[in-house]
Amino acid sequence: MPTYSRRDFLKSGLAAAGAGLAVAHGVPALVGAQSKEPVKIGVLHSLSGTMAISEVSLRDVVLMAVEEINAKGGVMGRPIQPVVVDPASNWDLFAEKAKQLLLQDKVAVVFGCWTSVSRKSVLPVFENNNGLLFYPVQYEGEECSKNVFYTGATPNQQLIPGAEYLMSKEGGAYKKFYLLGTDYVFPRTANKILRAFLVAKGVPADNIAEEYTPFSHQDYQTIVGKIKRFSSGGNACVLSTINGDSNVPFYKEFANQGLRSENAPIMAYSVAEDELRGMDTSALVGHLAAWNYFQSIENANNKKFVNAFKDYAQKKGLPGGAKRVTDDPMEAGYFGVYIWKQAVEKAKSFDVDAVRKAVYGQTFAAPSGTIKMHESNHHTYRPVLIGEILKDGQFKIISRTKGLVEPEPWSKYTSPDKGCDWVKHQGTYQKKA
Amino acid sequence: MTRSLLLLSLLVTWLAGVPASHAQSPEALKALADLAADNAEKREAAVNVLGGTRDPKWLELLAALRDGNVYARTQGKALEVVVGGTKSTKGDAELIDIASAYTRTALGTVPVASLTEIAADRRLRIAIKPFLDADETRAQLASADPERRRGAALKLGHQADASAAVVVEAAIAKESVDRVRETLQQAQALIRLAHGQAADRILAAQSLGNLHSFDAMPALQGLAADPGASRAERDAATHAIRQIERWSLLVRTVETLFQGASLASILLLMALGLAIVFGLMGVINMAHGELMALGAYSTFVVQNVFRARWPEAFDAYFVVALPVSFVVAAVVGVILERGVIRRLYGRPLETLLLTWGASLIIQQGLRLWFGAANVDVSSPSWLSGGFALMNGLTLPVNRLFIIALAAASVGGMYGLLFRTGAGLRIRAVTQNRAMSACLGVRAGWVDATTFALGAGLAGLAGCALTQIGNVGPSLGQNYIVDSFMVVVTGGVGKLAGTILAAAGIGGLNKGIEPALGAVFAKVAILVMVILFLQRRPAGLFATRGRSAEA
Repeated sequence: MPTYSRRDFLKSGLAAAGAGLAVAHGVPALVGAQSKEPVKIGVLHSLSGTMAISEVSLRDVVLMAVEEINAKGGVMGRPIQPVVVDPASNWDLFAEKAKQLLLQDKVAVVFGCWTSVSRKSVLPVFENNNGLLFYPVQYEGEECSKNVFYTGATPNQQLIPGAEYLMSKEGGAYKKFYLLGTDYVFPRTANKILRAFLVAKGVPADNIAEEYTPFSHQDYQTIVGKIKRFSSGGNACVLSTINGDSNVPFYKEFANQGLRSENAPIMAYSVAEDELRGMDTSALVGHLAAWNYFQSIENANNKKFVNAFKDYAQKKGLPGGAKRVTDDPMEAGYFGVYIWKQAVEKAKSFDVDAVRKAVYGQTFAAPSGTIKMHESNHHTYRPVLIGEILKDGQFKIISRTKGLVEPEPWSKYTSPDKGCDWVKHQGTYQKKA
Repeated sequence: MTRSLLLLSLLVTWLAGVPASHAQSPEALKALADLAADNAEKREAAVNVLGGTRDPKWLELLAALRDGNVYARTQGKALEVVVGGTKSTKGDAELIDIASAYTRTALGTVPVASLTEIAADRRLRIAIKPFLDADETRAQLASADPERRRGAALKLGHQADASAAVVVEAAIAKESVDRVRETLQQAQALIRLAHGQAADRILAAQSLGNLHSFDAMPALQGLAADPGASRAERDAATHAIRQIERWSLLVRTVETLFQGASLASILLLMALGLAIVFGLMGVINMAHGELMALGAYSTFVVQNVFRARWPEAFDAYFVVALPVSFVVAAVVGVILERGVIRRLYGRPLETLLLTWGASLIIQQGLRLWFGAANVDVSSPSWLSGGFALMNGLTLPVNRLFIIALAAASVGGMYGLLFRTGAGLRIRAVTQNRAMSACLGVRAGWVDATTFALGAGLAGLAGCALTQIGNVGPSLGQNYIVDSFMVVVTGGVGKLAGTILAAAGIGGLNKGIEPALGAVFAKVAILVMVILFLQRRPAGLFATRGRSAEA
């Protein structure tokens, strides 16, 4: 079974619309009297097929960032020219299109991928041709590539704070944990890490249950029945890595069998604002989610970002228009472009190795607050937030980590002996005991 | 501790039956002002003060706060806390009726933008909960509805608060419904188990065992393992645990049976239309799933019409949606049949390609019209929630409804096929088209009717499925494989086979799932179906004899 990354890949694609838009919006007007030759960047997100519904939003924010940068004079005085390709949710095509971007179009950097399988399939292309990829989605970790910058969360930046919150007094001091996920690599790895974490915190094995369902699973009767028995003594909560499509049947069954968020809350790791569009949220209200960004964050940068995106969607006639929402991967995709721009300007070069070194330690005032690129492991320091689902499909932020959380590509709970470092080591290395 | 003290004082108040009279005391008013403060500690303290007054009017305010209907507005220099009512729109502005916090005097209609919502976050709701619960419990124990009384009794048992013993005892004396009395007795026993003397605890453990109380398991297990308890106490607890475990086995069996029945009814509903079209007409209708999607989207449209036109009758939308989705899918089915399929009868491969093409067109049409994202279909209130069958088992109403709908559809189909003239003609055409035509049956007309019926049933299934799953353009593809699996396993051309196959696949799936998990259950079912079809390629009920299509 291929390894799809977290979101539901069976959501229907924006196939035709996506492909059409790619042509219509692919090349924004170059700004002003810049006589310098534009610099090309690649945008490698599926615009058709099953993943389109999630990835089209990422293409949109990258192009919006490019337009903003071009309006302010481009990168080192050169306008950015995005080259948008459509790998069509096809994992082999991802590698082919990546090769095309690097060898034919000779782009300086690529922003792309969503699923882990697509990332794994382009990885050799970027490593063999020394390309540069910014990957914006939270993932299962256990990867440390010289040619990739990961702007989404590592497991310790999302999974563990979510569980920690439920264990805290403020979160309800829950003692029993039901780990529930869709059957593919992200939930399996996530639950392996969560289990190791819970055991390390002294939760007895009897108080942890683990269960998986196939993609697009609709019938949650048996599982909810089990959860009900599991929680009959009280003190139980659910940690869910269920993918998009299966969530509505799950939450509905949960409510119908008489379980409530006050007694047995569900902490979701794969439900964001973009998924909640077009869901009947009534059964979800009051349940929780852990992310590094929510649209409801209150600060000037985020307000600007949200409004800019709504304006952009309306101006470009994107489906949904001003009703579009922003979410965690979109924010990560957006600030990735700025991080690259700053690194280029610091390195005063578009050369991949020079830019790579300049990215280390780079900071940026992102919509979620000021974030920082790690000094050596190619991931990103990010804040962790816990949100409660509201009836309008937005999240109310109820907890926020103090400061930024350091990324750990190798979880200290499952791979305590491994580290990732591209400054003192050559990528993944064995830690001394 | 403070909570139980508060509860105690609340209970005392119920018994006394006199509401506390320090209504708008200075403390309460200060707390009210604090509610609007931007400080979680202060707001929580304010909730505790307001709840502590035990004044029904303040409790009403807390309820409104929990539901997100409390706002703050600036009046001069001070902040005023108000309760929001009905919302309306006038031009661009959203307006809202507001009333004062305590007396609920109407304060007129103001733009929503001029107010700031005092949001009740999780922490605040957790603080509000015990106050409202206590108030609710009192109201519920006196309710005329036995289910509500039972809910209140359950809650009192969970809390196992010594102070509630008097209330529970009084309620037991008055209670006339057995189920509710049992729950009250369970609450009483739980309280005694937590707070009573040794002799009391033995009696409590015995009665909990007799009541098959799942909720008492942790408490009983604690007692059974408690080295401080006497031997008699431990034995009583162990015995009770064994009794409950035996009951649990029964509950699980019934639960699994119900789950199997529910899955079977869903499979049957999906496959019934296909069985008619595929089985009776020999048309492999790849667009069956999309006809289901059409039914689901019809439900969505009907829902939106009700929401816009008759919001007060919203719950009735589903009753209207059922026939509408049947008709919409049937009409599309007839267009499909009369337009193209009839030209290709007897050429199964071409029909397969053609219906597959039609399915793509319908799917893309839905995508263009409604957008690629899923749409939300809300459940009417009468299809949400569950029905408590026995201690420890709640059956979701939506699933009960689907079982009934599937049964009604099957009954209707049998009635139609075997009790009416039209059914006779359908069966005649199925068995021998040429002969029926010679005898004056309008074969073309019968084909159209049969196809419409099959398509309509698909629409009906789509409508029912909105209550348990997602509605999106690719809905059909999620179900088409299962539908074909049921029809092929059952044997083409026999309704009884379809019913049996649905029951078998549903039952086996749910029987395996608790032990092996959802992923392996699915794999196991597919393997079994393959093995079965190897042995009997024609399915459970093979059509034998002089079938015209064979």
